Amino acid sequence: MTAISRDEVAHLAHLARLDVTEAELDRFAQQLDVILQSVQRIGEVAAEDIPPTSHAVPLTNVYRADEPAPSLPRDAALAGAPDVAEDRFRVPRILGEED
Amino acid sequence: MTTATTPSYEDAIARFQPVIGLETHVELGTRTKMFCGCATGFGADPNTQVCPVCLGLPGALPVANEAAIEATIRIGLALNCRIATWCRFARKNYFYPDMPKNFQTSQYDEPLCEDGWLDVDVDGETVRIEIERVHLEEDTGKSLHVGGATGRIQGATESLVDYNRAGIPLVEIVTKPVPGTGAKAPEVARAYVTELREVIRSLNVSDVRMEQGSMRCDVNTSLNRPGEEWGTRTETKNVNSLRSVERSVRSEIQRQAGLLEAGERILQETRHFHEDTGKTTAGRSKETATDYRYFPEPDLTPMAPDVEWVAELKAALPELPRVRRRRLQEAWGLSEHDMASVLNADAVDVIEETIRAGAKPDAARKWWMGELSRRANESEVGLTDLGITPQQVAELQALVDAGTLNDKLARQVIDGVLAGEGAPEEVAKARGLAIVSDTGALTKAVDEAIAANPDVAEKVRGGTHAAAGVLIGAVMKATKGQADAKSVRQLILERLS
Repeated sequence: MTAISRDEVAHLAHLARLDVTEAELDRFAQQLDVILQSVQRIGEVAAEDIPPTSHAVPLTNVYRADEPAPSLPRDAALAGAPDVAEDRFRVPRILGEED
Repeated sequence: MTTATTPSYEDAIARFQPVIGLETHVELGTRTKMFCGCATGFGADPNTQVCPVCLGLPGALPVANEAAIEATIRIGLALNCRIATWCRFARKNYFYPDMPKNFQTSQYDEPLCEDGWLDVDVDGETVRIEIERVHLEEDTGKSLHVGGATGRIQGATESLVDYNRAGIPLVEIVTKPVPGTGAKAPEVARAYVTELREVIRSLNVSDVRMEQGSMRCDVNTSLNRPGEEWGTRTETKNVNSLRSVERSVRSEIQRQAGLLEAGERILQETRHFHEDTGKTTAGRSKETATDYRYFPEPDLTPMAPDVEWVAELKAALPELPRVRRRRLQEAWGLSEHDMASVLNADAVDVIEETIRAGAKPDAARKWWMGELSRRANESEVGLTDLGITPQQVAELQALVDAGTLNDKLARQVIDGVLAGEGAPEEVAKARGLAIVSDTGALTKAVDEAIAANPDVAEKVRGGTHAAAGVLIGAVMKATKGQADAKSVRQLILERLS
């Protein structure tokens, strides 16, 4: 019994917008299977009374006051953009998402 | 391809029962964004209110805005929700350029507020809308689609993105499915959004302006035949006015009824509402929740609102709009119909303040709903932007009550106030507007009017008191309207008895 199927890997690759070849799918499916099976072993030792951990440090309610702080200068904000037009980030239109 | 024809609304509703549901997004009016200190002002130059956190740059560490959490809890309390004692933010993963981080920080199965309700009035009946959840997330950036001929996303080849809005605190309020409203479903949907807007406005946590996008609505609609299970629902996005909420439900009911009558299936999909045609068109088919691969946000600590703090917030909630409306309607002695007119005119606040400043309810309502509404309509502004304050209206009415002004003179005083000449008393003084109370002057005017109209005077003397109107008119003209018509009438009858 495998922990993850080749189809599931293909689906995840699509969601992550990763272009994966057929050969890579075979290889990643195998590798991910090993990783997932290893992680699943934690379940063997975790008792019922131990809740899943999402945070490494037991802190709650760390908030900030609603006080403005300086933003980046626009040039700096746009410096990492793939392309810029009209002071905005210029990206290819995403097909099939909203039309 | 579809062969379905669209039936009339009446035909559709005669055969099918609608179930509606509403998801409303409200941008909070905090000074800063949800997870960083960037300002939130509307209309700033593109990409001038962004920083490493809201741009999702590597190494940036978000910290939640306490004011936004407080506002969300207050909304939850006003909607009669249970407030979580412990909950987390979650990452909603998706790739779309409106979020530079490639995920939206939201909440998944642990919303801040759950299981509430909001009562709304529709045609004199109370409909209780149950609230599923109220959760906190962040808004997305704004895309400008260019390169195509239409300027819309259809045919566009690229998007230009402004991230000023990305990261602004956004509260999502989700109703439970609302069945059983029948033909009134569109009105119920509208009444709910209207009431919700009033509630949020009363909490002073958002300006809830649908036309500016600080309140946005997604409307779910499904149909089923009587006795059958609920049908497949569609989600209509882009519903950005109260009127559109009503129209979109109506048109979606008609569209789905046509498909079902033709034996076709309803696809679970996102649809877009178009203000111009009043119809919806298909959008993207929805990604399922699992496709978003939600997981607890590791960079933000869990929220554990202190129970005592929540109790304090609850105790400090303002009077809610529906309760306030009922109270004022009773205090002002208004019928349902008159109260509805006041609400439609958006005059509740100004009337209340005018009364607080000393005017009687009837008088306060008369000015705002009559003369001042008319002038506001003429100059196409709201009552609060007209240029006269409730205090000034109360002062004006006090001058009328004191017998210094009659209604006609009061209207001239309003001219002066609106022209920026000062407060009512100053205007009346500067323009020389006051009822002539000097009986000597009045008697003189009356005698002149009688002398100039001997025939009429004879009639009045003969007992035809209605004829006195001509003489009153003459006196009013002679005193430039500054006489009190009642006193003039009395004076004339005395002289001619």
